[in-house]
Amino acid sequence: MNLLNWFSRGSAPIARERLQILLAHERNERHQPDLLGILREEILSLISRHISFDPDKVQIKMDRGKSVSTLAVDIEIPNSFAAAGDASRHRRPRSKRLGNVAARTMDQRVA
Amino acid sequence: MKDKKSARVVVVTSGKGGVGKTTSTAALGAALAHLGEKVVVIDFDVGLRNLDLMMGAERRVVFDLINVIHGVAKLPQALIRDKRLENLNLLPASQTRDKDALTEEGVAKVVAELRSKFDWIICDSPAGIERGATLAMRYADTAIIVTNPEVSSVRDSDRIIGLLDSKTEKAERGEFVDKHLLVTRYQPWRAARGEMLTIDDVLEILSVPLLGIIPESEEVLRASNVGSPVTLNNPVSPPARAYFEAARRLKGETIPMHVPSESRGIFNKLFGRKAA
Repeated sequence: MNLLNWFSRGSAPIARERLQILLAHERNERHQPDLLGILREEILSLISRHISFDPDKVQIKMDRGKSVSTLAVDIEIPNSFAAAGDASRHRRPRSKRLGNVAARTMDQRVA
Repeated sequence: MKDKKSARVVVVTSGKGGVGKTTSTAALGAALAHLGEKVVVIDFDVGLRNLDLMMGAERRVVFDLINVIHGVAKLPQALIRDKRLENLNLLPASQTRDKDALTEEGVAKVVAELRSKFDWIICDSPAGIERGATLAMRYADTAIIVTNPEVSSVRDSDRIIGLLDSKTEKAERGEFVDKHLLVTRYQPWRAARGEMLTIDDVLEILSVPLLGIIPESEEVLRASNVGSPVTLNNPVSPPARAYFEAARRLKGETIPMHVPSESRGIFNKLFGRKAA
């Protein structure tokens, strides 16, 4: 323990704050479907209807905050993207990141 | 055995492992028995039984809960009477790894049979939220949620509270399981220094009434070493007193809550260390 900690308050208030934010979300999810999860699924299925993409090249980031949560879906889309129906012919191409779909949702408790 | 009793079914649960469910089951069961109640403690941790060890009855297990459910043994044959308190009984879990051996109908039958013979049926839940844990709480009238003042334990307790409000027989009938919080391994001096969640923090987050505060103590380890519930092994020790008070609150007595205070010497205060 360093000297600074001796004089500052301990870590318990941080624990308390983290728990309050986390449990507010988890309690919500018990009673209603997870909004961010649904958005993630639907955004991905919408995009896959129009283009084929490599599921490994999808990055999904979520951050659940106290009053605002963010969902960022980052999809690498091949330059020569093919229609979903042609997915079987699709070779793994050189690709460039084209799509970045981001959703920002108000927190369910607040909304 | 005298019939016509109608036991209260209590589940001791937590979600997280290692917070003190089995210790608390043994200590509260022994305390209630000491207060004259007729008690049976049941180990629901199929495959990893330990309540027998905490009660010092590990060498006397012949039949177990699964044997009774499967009709291999009659209930009176499987019950182990405590050597110190004659109205304290243990129904051990089996060591078989087959978790499916525990069936809802089987547990219902055993609980119904015990209800008429005891005042208290205390079910020691396994950790987790799987079958063993949900069956341990299934027929409970009362739940004791054992929580350490620590983030993962509090989070898991919150999950368990959600299950108690949805997956129990009472909840499905539209009633409520009577819930109580038992905070264990509490270190008041850490809480006072802002290093540990305080009792108020935990109560505010979980919103469940407090049954007791068990201070961290070497007496708990000592009792488990010798296979005796802490309430029998050293009844005047701080954790045993706290368990006795919790047991009396369970019985419906009104007893003021003592937040364990620190009784540390000047040396320890200066150097911020505690032996326990």
